[in-house]
Amino acid sequence: MINTYDVLETIRMIQDECLDIRTITMGISLLDCIDSDIDKACEKVYKKITQKAKNLVSVGEGIEKEFGIPIINKRISVTPIAIISAACKCSPVPFAKAMDRAAKDVGVNLIGGYSALVQKGFSAGDIELIKSIPEALSSTERVCSSVNVGSTKTGINLDACKIMGKIIRECAEKTVDSACFGAAKLVVFCNAVEDNPFMAGAFHGVGEPDCMINVGVSGPGVVRAALKKYPDADITQIADVIKKISYKITRVGQLVGVTASQRLGVPFGIVDLSLAPTPAVGDSVAHILEEIGLEKCGTHGTTAALALLNDAVKKGGVMACSRIGGLSGAFIPVSEDAGMIDAAKSGTLSIEKLEAMTAVCSVGLDMIVVPGDTEADTLAAIIADEAAIGMVNSKTTAVRIIPAIGKDVGDELDWGGLFGCGPVMPLKKESPSKFINRGGQIPAPLHSLKN
Amino acid sequence: MRAVVTVIGKDAVGILAKVSTKCAEHNANVIEVTQSVLQDLFAMIMLVDISKLSTDFAQLADDLTALGDSMGLKIHTMHEDIFNCMHHI
Repeated sequence: MINTYDVLETIRMIQDECLDIRTITMGISLLDCIDSDIDKACEKVYKKITQKAKNLVSVGEGIEKEFGIPIINKRISVTPIAIISAACKCSPVPFAKAMDRAAKDVGVNLIGGYSALVQKGFSAGDIELIKSIPEALSSTERVCSSVNVGSTKTGINLDACKIMGKIIRECAEKTVDSACFGAAKLVVFCNAVEDNPFMAGAFHGVGEPDCMINVGVSGPGVVRAALKKYPDADITQIADVIKKISYKITRVGQLVGVTASQRLGVPFGIVDLSLAPTPAVGDSVAHILEEIGLEKCGTHGTTAALALLNDAVKKGGVMACSRIGGLSGAFIPVSEDAGMIDAAKSGTLSIEKLEAMTAVCSVGLDMIVVPGDTEADTLAAIIADEAAIGMVNSKTTAVRIIPAIGKDVGDELDWGGLFGCGPVMPLKKESPSKFINRGGQIPAPLHSLKN
Repeated sequence: MRAVVTVIGKDAVGILAKVSTKCAEHNANVIEVTQSVLQDLFAMIMLVDISKLSTDFAQLADDLTALGDSMGLKIHTMHEDIFNCMHHI
């Protein structure tokens, strides 16, 4: 017999504490779509995506109904387009348009993989793709782009950092009318993962099978509600409470992933053990940190509390699912988290603190709005800093930063929906140009003599 | 295949009768019922067999939700797997 307490707890988690499955993402390999004729290649891309994902949305909606749990996004990731477009020797923008068309026809809200992997240098197709990102993102609606500029094994491609600084600015400038939204669909990675289900950085790695299903879970509200019941517990108990609740959250991810993969006839890949916030009230990672005992997120102690939260989420989640992957950890996107927005507006949460936080949690500087007059070299230096944290700590880091063209500190950009709104955060004024313009490769770090 | 129907709201006459009638209309067989009334709050959990449903699961869930709305109750119909996976290792 089903236990009454358990049933009511599950229902409360879903109804009152915003428990949801953040995304079911279908990864599709496009390696068999390569053709030197770009029109033929684009047609193959469109056909493969629409054929593989034709039932993705309806199956997702069926599972939502059956288990009574919302599945917020159904999405698609594809092989990095720079690999597919290399043989065409021309601008790969038509690929973005084919992806966009396919995404609209199957009904997914975002499609990721307009990407290039250049951590050690540029191969054929990489530069063309990177240069075309602003046009691709401004002329499509649902396409997301990412570029990997560094890794622990290769070091950091500083030339790529420099170019990406310019590309981010161009993306923002080309989409001024939609609150610079182009830059919000572009992620610059270090140690990018091949099975990430979360946008905007999802792509389907070349080591992955032809098609698979990955799931990203959520549930900051559930964690906070669980901690609320222990106002005086010591920090070890707090870690235990987070582990237990994250086990429950992740079990649902596993169930949904396995069910979706059976119904779609596609192998199940991984569950991303994530705490992904939304701007909705009661769905904030910052508020968990405040529940742990910080007056405001961003104050001293934030890094330690986040490290504990991130680690406990993984420990709880590991046992709950068969395979773990993706970015796995707590996300800290500023504009998508009501508590982060508050903390940034009040000045308690600075970009320097966010950088420190990225050393102990999932991903990196995410959805941060900076002044519109920020130089491309400064953006490149922010990318290099963040990549260095990822490279040295053998973790994924990323930069998704939005220059608010024509705006300055005190203003904000508002996209609504899951992307939320972000206050313009101040940056240092001194120039890093000489460093960035040296170009070349920052060598890979030593893995002994650790201090 | 079994589903858990949860009914929560203000106590009134005939809740159990109306919910089980709706289940019967869809050929969902009621296996077990637990209910409690705390002060004015009514909470009932029904385990129903849905393997021989005359309609699809979504229809049953929607009809029960609508029935709940008409009686001022919250009715959730969810596959039992979500509870089993979350609360059992």
